Amino acid sequence: MQISFTLNGRPTTVDVEPATLVAELLREQFNLTGTHIGCDTSQCGACVVHLDGLPVKSCTLLAPALDGATLLTIEGLQGAPGSNRLHPMQEAFREHHGLQCGFCTPGMLMTAVALATEKPALTEADVRRGLEGNICRCTGYQNIVVSVISGAAAMNAAKGE
Amino acid sequence: MGNVIGIGASPKRKEDQRFLTGRGSYVSDIKRPGMTAGAFVRSPHGHAKLRGIDKSAALAAPGVIAVLTGDDVADDGLGSLPCGWGITDAKGVPMKEPPFPMLAQDKVRFVGDMVAFVIAETPEQANAAAELLNVDYEVLPSVVGVLEAVRPGAPQLFDDVPNNICCDWELGDKAAVEAAFRKAAHVAKLSLVNNRLIGNPMEPRAAIAEYEPGTDRFTLWTTSQFPHVVRFLMGALVLNIPQHKLRVVAPDVGGGFGVKQFHYGEEAVITWAAKRVMRPIKWVASRSEGYVSDRHGRDHVTEAELALDETGKFLAFRVKTLANMGGYLSTFGPNIPTNLYGPLLGGVYTTPAIYCNVKVVFTNTVPVDAYRGAGRPEATFVLERIVDVAASEMGIDRVEIRRRNMIPKEAYPYQTPVLVQYDSGDPVGCLDGALVAADAKNFGIRKSESARKGKFRGLGYSTYVEACGLAPSRFAGRLGARGGLYESATVRVHPTGQVTVMIGTHNHGQGHETTFAQIVSEKLGVSFENVDIVFGDTDRVQFGMGTYGSRSLVVGGAALSKATDKVVAKGKKIAAHLLEAAEVDIQFEAGKFSVAGTDRMKTFEEIAGAAYVPHDYPLEVLEPGLEEQAYYDPVNFTYPGGCHIAEVEVDPETGTVTLVNYTAVDDVGTVINPMIVEGQLHGGIVQGVGQALFENAVYDEGSGQLLSGSLMDYCMPRADHLPMMKVETHSTLCTHTPMGVKGCGEVGTIGSPAAVINAVVDALSHLGVTHVDMPATPNRIWRLLQNASLPVAAE
Repeated sequence: MQISFTLNGRPTTVDVEPATLVAELLREQFNLTGTHIGCDTSQCGACVVHLDGLPVKSCTLLAPALDGATLLTIEGLQGAPGSNRLHPMQEAFREHHGLQCGFCTPGMLMTAVALATEKPALTEADVRRGLEGNICRCTGYQNIVVSVISGAAAMNAAKGE
Repeated sequence: MGNVIGIGASPKRKEDQRFLTGRGSYVSDIKRPGMTAGAFVRSPHGHAKLRGIDKSAALAAPGVIAVLTGDDVADDGLGSLPCGWGITDAKGVPMKEPPFPMLAQDKVRFVGDMVAFVIAETPEQANAAAELLNVDYEVLPSVVGVLEAVRPGAPQLFDDVPNNICCDWELGDKAAVEAAFRKAAHVAKLSLVNNRLIGNPMEPRAAIAEYEPGTDRFTLWTTSQFPHVVRFLMGALVLNIPQHKLRVVAPDVGGGFGVKQFHYGEEAVITWAAKRVMRPIKWVASRSEGYVSDRHGRDHVTEAELALDETGKFLAFRVKTLANMGGYLSTFGPNIPTNLYGPLLGGVYTTPAIYCNVKVVFTNTVPVDAYRGAGRPEATFVLERIVDVAASEMGIDRVEIRRRNMIPKEAYPYQTPVLVQYDSGDPVGCLDGALVAADAKNFGIRKSESARKGKFRGLGYSTYVEACGLAPSRFAGRLGARGGLYESATVRVHPTGQVTVMIGTHNHGQGHETTFAQIVSEKLGVSFENVDIVFGDTDRVQFGMGTYGSRSLVVGGAALSKATDKVVAKGKKIAAHLLEAAEVDIQFEAGKFSVAGTDRMKTFEEIAGAAYVPHDYPLEVLEPGLEEQAYYDPVNFTYPGGCHIAEVEVDPETGTVTLVNYTAVDDVGTVINPMIVEGQLHGGIVQGVGQALFENAVYDEGSGQLLSGSLMDYCMPRADHLPMMKVETHSTLCTHTPMGVKGCGEVGTIGSPAAVINAVVDALSHLGVTHVDMPATPNRIWRLLQNASLPVAAE
């Protein structure tokens, strides 16, 4: 079937098998391999993308659900397309060593941006609860929590400018 | 000289840009022209005879290219998966070492054992065809626990391994230990289980293999911590591919923790199959497939006894352990519960006599091998738990009994009775630092506050030492290692003065691209931005043993340090020629070669340029170019250590244990990048907390089914399980590594399980609880509280 949606700011039309998962579609047809697949039970959150502004696990979403929607992946998160400019949340993860092997990082960032958008003044408890659906095996979460609080503050400050 | 960022600084990581922007290149991200997909057919039974395989239905399925089984492996005369360590029993008899076929022959021995490989045009077609393969099994009873496996009448995995015992290993002076027990004022005894774990790096294992007929070369991309070792084991011992015709690439790898430091059958099968079908093949494990094929960790059952005199001094320690090996011997398997366990039973104490007996046992489970810490967390757990038991029984304060037995700082180097000699350390300093950092003196106030809320609060201590920086090759060889354990580095200075380093360790989260660049920046005085680190490709890197056992900085960093010294030495010769001075008069500092006592100098860049444009150059005595290589074989292990203090709150209504505070003071030697070290400690601690409170791999006895078969059933630590941890370093320098480094990758995981469980037992001690097995789940604690048959509400 044919579906049309906005992918990282660009209108897109594509033929898909209806049973295709969004994570597979992104990785296989669009070569957007920043969306990772870390499990098969929707537990790990490495595949989180934004569907119409809300964080979703793209490993549990069928491609037809994209028709007419707006999708943002990690590749579309940074400033201008093709630039190396980082989003404030990406900058905060770099600053506070919020990543090690990098595999969970795209999903963590997409969840973090959604958390910060929903509630700009995040507490530690908000962040820890908000990251329930994202597993990291490297960092022990400590620096991720610090990064998200700091990134949220930076996003908030940028909005006020 | 630009922006030198050297030892002790915390620059932001070089590797982060690509990971933050989704531009990492993991194996599953790679596509090759004409690529096919592979799927493994795995045994659904824990133990069964393989009566026959009918390929016809699978071969007829849409898109199927080939179906390969153990018979095809046998027809091609291929080897079995090698074990890298050969241990022996007390009489010198070698361990039983049955073959580990890459695809099962005659029998399957665990759920997940590989039976066939299906290659098709797409992953969906390969998976669908795998379902159609008709395998005729004669199901046999399984045995999954070590106690059950050694009982008379237990199912036997191999005809020539009686009682499923691979090796009955021992270490230490048994007679001296028995004599010490006879004169002991007190003997503490403890039986415990070290729970089985699944490593769970977030990136599942994956591989792509390709064969180029024009050059007769194979390329394997694999999620590995040690590509050169895979090339050697697989090429030389399994597939008979000459080393120069085999390239192994481990690109960005999404975490390892030991799980990716073995040569897996999947790697051999896919490489062999790529030539048979003459097309590239890709295989990516699902998480659940990883659960029944990634090597598991731990899984010990132990009886320990500690003999003490009337003042609480340790006289002798005796440990008997049954260690689970699973269905076959994995790459390091038998080494972990023996050589990496027994020699650490001395801990930071002066115990004069130690005896350890380990029966290494086959069961119908996934092979067990190294997982972060590997043997050392198990040793620390036994020792630090029994010290608490002894303190409680003798009425001695838990800190005081540790202090009385600790090796004083001035007693280093310290020879233990179990092979190893610690070069440096300060256990008392770490303990004192941790007591302050954890505010232990006000614990009573916090405990009373918890009691007012109806909660039980506990404080737990763990002091530990570990042996890492694997390893002195000669020493390891005596213990049964079948390979060397050195490391190598090449420093290539380009004509314009920038530097590319080729190193044999592998970066999969540890920040090597940053830490190693800092070493080069400091030693050569070049800008941090002008150093790149290359790893993970046997065509680009000369050789290497890879990353595991906290060895990368200790062994790889030492090789790198030696190679930079050689660059400086050659640079001095070039500078001496250009500056018309004697070589001995040339000094090198901050990126400048100068003649001592003069202002005559050449920059590092000028020397590099001269080396590659040798118009004015001593060609008669010196080769052009500026590239140096070094191999480094350590003279000893390194011995990081420290003290961890955990504070927990137990809710008697639900049995839930909450970790409320965690403090670690670790001695990791010289710290190159404090930010990265702190991150390693955080991650390591939480993996140990996971073992203590959440994680457990559970098999069903009889059927051999893995009951904790997915992330739905195996509880991983999550962000809201944890408090903010306090981690500090209290360093003494390693006396034998070039920079004084000791390694920090595993310390967190080694110190933490005992600290957490000691805290849980402390919280429940007023109810008569003396031990809690891991994981201390709400279910387990709630049952303990019910059995304590005391009022559960705190008074």
